[in-house]
Amino acid sequence: MTTYILKRLGIGILTLVFASMIVFAVLEIVPGDPARLMLGMNATEDAIAALREQMGLNQPLAVRYIAWLGGFVVGDLGRSYTYSVPVLDLVADRVAVSLPLAVIALVLSTLVAVPVGIFSAARRGRFADTVAMGTAQLGVAVPNFWFALILVYIFAVWLRLVPAGGFPGWAGGAWPALKALILPAIALALPQAAILARVTRSALIEVMGEDFIRTARAKGLPAGRVLWTHALRNALIPVLTILGLQFAFLLAGTIIIENVFYLPGLGRLVFQAITQRDLIVVESVVMLLVASVIVVNLLVDLSYAAVDPRLRTR
Amino acid sequence: MNGPIDEAESLRALFVKALANRSFLTGLIITSIIAAMALVSYVWVPYDVTYLPVTNRMATPSAEHLLGTDHFGRDIFSMIMVGARNSIAVAFIAVAMGISVGVPLGCWAAARRGWVDEALMRFNDVVFAFPALLSAVMITAIFGPGAVNAIIAIGIFNIPVFARVARAGALSIWPREYILAARTAGKSATQITVEHILPNIANLLLVQGTIQFALGILAEAGLSYVGLGTQPPMPSWGRMLFDAQTRMIVAPHLAIFPGLAIVVTVLGLNLLGDGLRDMLDPKLRRQR
Repeated sequence: MTTYILKRLGIGILTLVFASMIVFAVLEIVPGDPARLMLGMNATEDAIAALREQMGLNQPLAVRYIAWLGGFVVGDLGRSYTYSVPVLDLVADRVAVSLPLAVIALVLSTLVAVPVGIFSAARRGRFADTVAMGTAQLGVAVPNFWFALILVYIFAVWLRLVPAGGFPGWAGGAWPALKALILPAIALALPQAAILARVTRSALIEVMGEDFIRTARAKGLPAGRVLWTHALRNALIPVLTILGLQFAFLLAGTIIIENVFYLPGLGRLVFQAITQRDLIVVESVVMLLVASVIVVNLLVDLSYAAVDPRLRTR
Repeated sequence: MNGPIDEAESLRALFVKALANRSFLTGLIITSIIAAMALVSYVWVPYDVTYLPVTNRMATPSAEHLLGTDHFGRDIFSMIMVGARNSIAVAFIAVAMGISVGVPLGCWAAARRGWVDEALMRFNDVVFAFPALLSAVMITAIFGPGAVNAIIAIGIFNIPVFARVARAGALSIWPREYILAARTAGKSATQITVEHILPNIANLLLVQGTIQFALGILAEAGLSYVGLGTQPPMPSWGRMLFDAQTRMIVAPHLAIFPGLAIVVTVLGLNLLGDGLRDMLDPKLRRQR
């Protein structure tokens, strides 16, 4: 198991390093001078020279990359030139919106999808299964931002149960903040739940066809016990894999959903940064999101060891 | 794969199977209708989408305007037809990009194994860390928004998907006996890949292609919605939804029809993919 964990850790770190190179390189292939691009056409030469100095553009490429990566590791993401504050402060504020949003969506989708998947697998081919999987098929096809618009129309405009957008902040208490996040989280969760339900169902069905399940049945175990203790545990690996991948899509999805609900999260930040050509912020946020995707997938890989005893003996 | 079968007979068998597969049939019909709409839009649309009769803004659906008009008075049905063209083109080119780069990479890794294989898998890990939306954000931050950049962003994400499918498929074919025979006959790895591996994994690639096509349609709509994809005045489904958002209270039909167009198209493609998989992969069919 130690070998497995070490190998996964090594791969995770390697992936992080390569991904950081890509993010860094993208800023490097900017046609022309990044400082000039950020400041626009009317900037004075002095201002451009100052920004070049601030961004460290006068140093060699390798030095800048190491400095940037080193800064990232210790939490120094540089300074946003439009907001004139450390990028870390900006990001910390926004993470307080995006992360809860993604986590609530993930929890919601798991809570709905896994039971539906199990239920469907247990009633395979029957009416309930057909209805559940038909709904899932539809759920996969619905774009989350469109679903978000419909939710706003029904629950905010029509029924006036929740705000249509905006975020009151966590300072005013958890309830108003959660209320502002509930519709975005549902919108984000729907397509993920649909995929997860389908994966759970097919993983379970595949496991139920295996010999050891037949053995368990043959020795007289009740069908429910076979499903819950024998089959489910073995179906967990594909479900966990999808959960890890979904976290990536949820984080990326927040970028769009935050724009539907005017939530001041990382997604809004990145869009404002794009329009203001604040490349340092864009670079930092993208790197942060990419890093969290890699870390979550690494955690998923490590959790296989907990679920699958075969990996522990390796 | 199953030894020599009379080709006409196997085609007929496939046709019978296709007719019996409800998913495939429904998916095929929906997809054909959307594709036909997109094609027809090149030669005919009910109303010109560049014509802006602002006096007829946000009209509700009527006999004259089947799905109503938007905030510039443009006919929504016509815009959906032209938008279909755009969605399909972006998703199709992005899939083509994924196949043309990913499949050779996957086949190469399967044929060579060793460090080539390991390097490809690590490359996949890295690209998978950049969801299409994130690459699009990066690309547009530098080069500005547009349909071409959307294609590149979605296409890049498709590469590791196809590389993975091709590699897994090829790995399962390589140990077969007829491959051994081809090798002893002196054929090179490239020849074997082209003559034996590719025809045998074509099914897998076709199914994955349909899935990625559907995901591409969704991604393009999302990118256009946030302003990173297709730019106005070219109609796109995502952009139509963005325009509808602020006007939804007075004119909900603006938001309903473009959204339905996306749902129906993606549903059609997914059903087609499911159906194809059932038809082409007998193992999966038994499991259902």
